[in-house]
Amino acid sequence: MLELIVISTLNGVLFGMLLFLMASGLTVIFSMLGVLNFAHASFYMLGAFFGFQISRWFGFWPALVIAPVLAGAIGAAVERYGLRRVHKNGHVAELLFTFGLAFAIEEIVQIIWGKSPVDFRVPALLDFPAFTIFSTNYPAYKMFMLLVSIAIFIGLLIVLKKTRIGLIVQAALTHPHMVGHLGHNVGRIFMLVFGVGTALAAVAGVIAGPALVTQSNMAGLLGPILFVVVVVGGLGSLPGAFAASLLIGLVQTFAVSMNGSLAGAFGPLSPAYASSWLGDIWGVTIAQIAPIMPYVLLVLILIFRPMGLLGTRET
Amino acid sequence: MSEMASSAAPPFPTATEKLKFYGLWAAAVIALLLLPRIFPSGGSLTTFSLIGISIVFSLSYNILLGQTGMLSFGHAVYYGLGGFLVIHAINIIGANKLPIPLPVVPLIGGLTGLLFAVLLGWVSTQRSGTAFAMISLGVAELIASSALILRSFFGGEAGISANRTKVFRIFDWSFGPQIQIYYLVAAWTLIAVIAMYALTRTPLGRMCNAVRDNPERVQFVGYDPHVVRYLAFCFSGFFAGIAGALAAINFEIANSAYLGAVQSGTVLFATYIGGVGFFIGPIVGAIFVTILSLGLSDLTQVWQLYFGLIFIAVVVFAPGGITGLLMMHRPLLRAGTLARVLPSYLIALVPTSAMIIGLIVAIETIVHFTVHAGDDSHIKAFGVPFDAANRYVWAMAAILLVGGFLVARKTWARVAHAWDDATSGARAKGIAA
Repeated sequence: MLELIVISTLNGVLFGMLLFLMASGLTVIFSMLGVLNFAHASFYMLGAFFGFQISRWFGFWPALVIAPVLAGAIGAAVERYGLRRVHKNGHVAELLFTFGLAFAIEEIVQIIWGKSPVDFRVPALLDFPAFTIFSTNYPAYKMFMLLVSIAIFIGLLIVLKKTRIGLIVQAALTHPHMVGHLGHNVGRIFMLVFGVGTALAAVAGVIAGPALVTQSNMAGLLGPILFVVVVVGGLGSLPGAFAASLLIGLVQTFAVSMNGSLAGAFGPLSPAYASSWLGDIWGVTIAQIAPIMPYVLLVLILIFRPMGLLGTRET
Repeated sequence: MSEMASSAAPPFPTATEKLKFYGLWAAAVIALLLLPRIFPSGGSLTTFSLIGISIVFSLSYNILLGQTGMLSFGHAVYYGLGGFLVIHAINIIGANKLPIPLPVVPLIGGLTGLLFAVLLGWVSTQRSGTAFAMISLGVAELIASSALILRSFFGGEAGISANRTKVFRIFDWSFGPQIQIYYLVAAWTLIAVIAMYALTRTPLGRMCNAVRDNPERVQFVGYDPHVVRYLAFCFSGFFAGIAGALAAINFEIANSAYLGAVQSGTVLFATYIGGVGFFIGPIVGAIFVTILSLGLSDLTQVWQLYFGLIFIAVVVFAPGGITGLLMMHRPLLRAGTLARVLPSYLIALVPTSAMIIGLIVAIETIVHFTVHAGDDSHIKAFGVPFDAANRYVWAMAAILLVGGFLVARKTWARVAHAWDDATSGARAKGIAA
């Protein structure tokens, strides 16, 4: 039992940090541009596939740098030549534009790399067990993922709190119009934020690619969970996104490793239920409902605290 | 003073306007009756049935997006639940020999859609805009994932099926042949279209438009925008359920794909490409997208990519959709200044189509080298054979793409000039453009 808790906590924090790498960009982009980037998870996928391709040509370490830069450049171009044009047609058009973009990116990735998973391997340098707890080998690569995401988290914190550009971004989170009135080149800041946000998602893609499955449906699987994180944390709140990322990471990881069901707990009391059409609900295990946990959380949050955990503004 | 009064209340429709209005519906009925005579083949009947289902679904979606301003990413939930309930209903009716004929069964689907919209709508419609879009997505994922868990009701991956011919029969209609299904779908499409059109003419329909345009002002007038959005959501769910029921009857099967994100995305594509600003828009979009998805899949393997590109192009260049584009020209037509724009359109058409052809050749060539690298390089796309390994083809594609783009930019600037000229001409004649 203790083993399960320790391992699940480690995995949950890891998954949560990965989610935060993406959610941070998404929530900052939302606060500044007012548009929820539907294609954000697609940049995570692009990061993974670019990482796979570049690590084939030049090795994993160059890929860790080049792939996010590439994806970030594409993201900046999307903002400059796509979103900015659509902006005059309103927020719905912007959201639809990113929706169409997510669809197109998935198709392009399928054309180039196919529908089946690609063979994106953990680099040999990190392919060893880091430590052993309770007879379980914990891979070093996962520790590396955790370190990278924590390093980026700290870097992001320093940039946001200590630098001039961070101050402007922070100001734009709460008072986007005032920042423009003060004479900052809002267009360029938007492009920069969009580029950096998508690059962060791509970093998550590169480091998650070898550990999880690199496949053309990975954006579609993760995208909705990302939105749950942002909405549960509170739209536009970075600390909220951090808390929600960890929460959802832990909830999902713990749920997957649990095998209990209603039938298991109360089965002996009324065995007749198992045969009725309620049997599905009766016999389903917690592990099976793990995929729907984030959405249940979302609906509960929206009923009881519509602005999200740490959000301040109602959109 | 008299001017104010006339602008406040529209004039009573004249006899010719009435004739035009009812003539249009009568023409639609006659067209629906005659279509199977003109195209009697089984394939075209299936296509017509699919188009009818898609029209009902898209129009129900437009109650949300076009009329109330709510962008939903999970509309397929009500479509799919309607479909599942109808399959179960057909099985129950067949097994118990209940006296319920198939033509009224779609109503069960509609009521199912309504029931779930009533249940889920109150939470979903608390806010509009981005928050609503996210909630609709979350609810859709929740229902779609639950459908895979609740196996005995939703049938897991395979879905559940039914036999529509086993239902109680009236007038000896077996509903086995596709022609009978076509007439069933056509009748329900007509009823649903008339009902949804009538809905836009009611005070509720008008309040929906007001909530879309200015919710704050609606509150000042004394209405609750949340309630208006909720009512619109319920109506939308009802008609989506009817569409799902028709689909379930048509295919005699319902599976988890009915509820899924792809279905929600398709209806969004169809509605938006057709145009959300006019009632007829989603109808145009449903016809266009259904024919496109059936036709393109024969012509090229990567039709979904083209589909996505068309959608992006519509969002960027024509936010009013196809009908929005066409309707833009109405004032010019009435003022008689349309002729000033048409020549510049013809000029712009040449480099634009050159660019598109270059793009298609480039895409098909890339697809050949990434997907079928080892195969024969003489490929066929859109019925046109060409050699994907030929360097001249590559050069031609590049020249068409880049050259077409550069020239097209210049010609579209000319179109904009001609457009300004024509609209100012129309304004001079007193027609608002």
